[in-house]
Amino acid sequence: MRKLLISAYKEALLLVRDWGGLAILFFMPAVLIITITLIQESTFKAVGESTLPIVLVDNDSSEIGRIIADNLNETPHIQLVTETNGMAIDEMHARKLVSEGKYQIALIIPEGISQELNEKVNHNVDQILGEFALTDTDSIPGQKKEKKWATQEITIYFDPAAGQTFRNSVKNNIEQLLAKVEVRKIYGVFIDQMGLEEDPGLLNGEIITFRETIAQKGNDGIIPNAVQHNVPAWILFGIFFIVVPLGINLVKEKNLGTYIRLRTSPVSYAIILGGKILTYSVICLIQFILMLVIAKYVFPLIGLIEFDPGGKFLLMLLIAFVSGLAAIGLGILIGTVAETQEQSAPFGAIFVIILAALGGVWVPTFIMPEIMQKISAFSPMNWGISAFYDVILRNGSAADIARPLAYLLAFFVVTLLAAILYDKRKKIS
Amino acid sequence: MDEIIRIQELSKRYTGSDRYALSGLSLSIRKGEIFGLLGPNGAGKTTLISTLCGMIKPSSGELWFGTLNYRRHGRDIQQQLGVVPQEYALYPTLTAEENLYYFGSLYGLAGADLKGRIAEGLERVGLADFRKKTIKTFSGGMQRRVNLLAGILHRPNVLFLDEPTVGVDVQSKEVIMRLLNELNGQGTTIVYSSHHLNEAQHFCSQIAIIDGGRIVVEGRPDELIASIPGADTLENVFIHHTGSQLRDYA
Repeated sequence: MRKLLISAYKEALLLVRDWGGLAILFFMPAVLIITITLIQESTFKAVGESTLPIVLVDNDSSEIGRIIADNLNETPHIQLVTETNGMAIDEMHARKLVSEGKYQIALIIPEGISQELNEKVNHNVDQILGEFALTDTDSIPGQKKEKKWATQEITIYFDPAAGQTFRNSVKNNIEQLLAKVEVRKIYGVFIDQMGLEEDPGLLNGEIITFRETIAQKGNDGIIPNAVQHNVPAWILFGIFFIVVPLGINLVKEKNLGTYIRLRTSPVSYAIILGGKILTYSVICLIQFILMLVIAKYVFPLIGLIEFDPGGKFLLMLLIAFVSGLAAIGLGILIGTVAETQEQSAPFGAIFVIILAALGGVWVPTFIMPEIMQKISAFSPMNWGISAFYDVILRNGSAADIARPLAYLLAFFVVTLLAAILYDKRKKIS
Repeated sequence: MDEIIRIQELSKRYTGSDRYALSGLSLSIRKGEIFGLLGPNGAGKTTLISTLCGMIKPSSGELWFGTLNYRRHGRDIQQQLGVVPQEYALYPTLTAEENLYYFGSLYGLAGADLKGRIAEGLERVGLADFRKKTIKTFSGGMQRRVNLLAGILHRPNVLFLDEPTVGVDVQSKEVIMRLLNELNGQGTTIVYSSHHLNEAQHFCSQIAIIDGGRIVVEGRPDELIASIPGADTLENVFIHHTGSQLRDYA
């Protein structure tokens, strides 16, 4: 026991004197969690809150162009740009402005779209009402008169640097706007054709609405927000980065020759590794508490939402501890197998990023392709995130996280045994 | 003198290698000897020392430490061995005292006894004033001296030395050799491996020249020199038995 504690103390001393290692363990995850949350927050703001300028070229100069412009003007956080330096913007200029990245979106309304839509709607309404002989029409009831329409397209130019998510979001909004314009137009023609003197007000309110409810266990769960999704994911990412300094630590021992001294001393390899496990487990817990403190107390100071563990601190601590063990097992395996720091450090870092991607740190696993979802089920980071989400967002209990914690523990045992067996095999090979 | 290490028909072939690093090697080392293990590169010296230290397992053969068999009593034997590798096997960011405290603890030393041994050892190698300095600030000679102390703190019965004076200044070398002679005088058996044949000639009481994984000749330095007509140094004996061709292995 004494040898184990002395080994742990030695590891702690080595860490305390290694500023680079400390930076990786504490400073970088702290910077990471603040930076990522700030960026994600500002991304939401870019789409939802901050002003987005849209170049509008209205070649129609009629009803539809006006309706679209009015609707966009009424939309919060959108600023319509129709001229630069007092000069009206034409399509060519708009395209150039967007391709140069000066604006992210340009909307080109084609000439004659109003007339086209009017004719199309009038014709179709006429046709429908003719079926019921409510209007004079040259069509014979029961027979449709086909008419070909020239297709009029509204062109949207996107900045090549605009991401797919952003483009989809803008496209959806414009599609919704156009659908609304079409419905209003058809509705207006029906009112006219049917000769109603007063608008019955069918479009004044929503016919079907929806209510958003978070399906948590019990009624005392906290309401999820972006911070509560991000913080556990990035805490886990930070914890798993322990793989890098731990791998380097083991490789250094081999290169320095201290490994020879350790292996020729009357101490089992398990005790030597035990010292590392003990120290790095404590580091993981300190890391977890540090990031939690940042999320709870520093986030509000920089305009982010405070992270609220909501009375789940002990369960979160347990998840962090078991996740830390899994990360330590992986770090020990990498450090045991690698011969040089050039092998262990990049491999460890990239492997953790792959595990994070598979685990759902960046993209939730449920929107991944089926094959990736299946692979994701084998990522220890996925087990960790699932456990965190079960506790924080789904209001789960210790029993609910038993399975992911068991997987993480099994991962720790398997990686540790693999490292010990590899070391033993090297001894006899 | 009693035998402290007995090696019988020891062979070792590394996985993937088509040649034996040790090939049916037999050897006895007596208690209190300073046993020099000499040989060209790739002769099998490091493999033999690594096997005797318990770092690698032999492919076949038997090893005895006194009455203890290596296969059954590995940990007990390691408790009685001291190892001073060629590398500065120390943690550069720990102080001399912290390094010695840690390595001493691994041999079961503790408390005032351990602290006393560290203080005494540092005093003997002239580093008492530097005990609180980190190893990375030490010169090569200073690191060598701490490296030696880390291997002898628990007063081992047998001490394995791999090139203990390589890369050190004359003063440090003198301190190291004096300490080793003192240790031997106190009963510690020393197994010494080096390419410094002149140093070996004057330091060792018994010498074995190893080549191709076998012992090619063994005896007292003066006996070995006398056995070769016209030879007046161990280097002549070495060349006589191992040849002049280069030994390059990859």
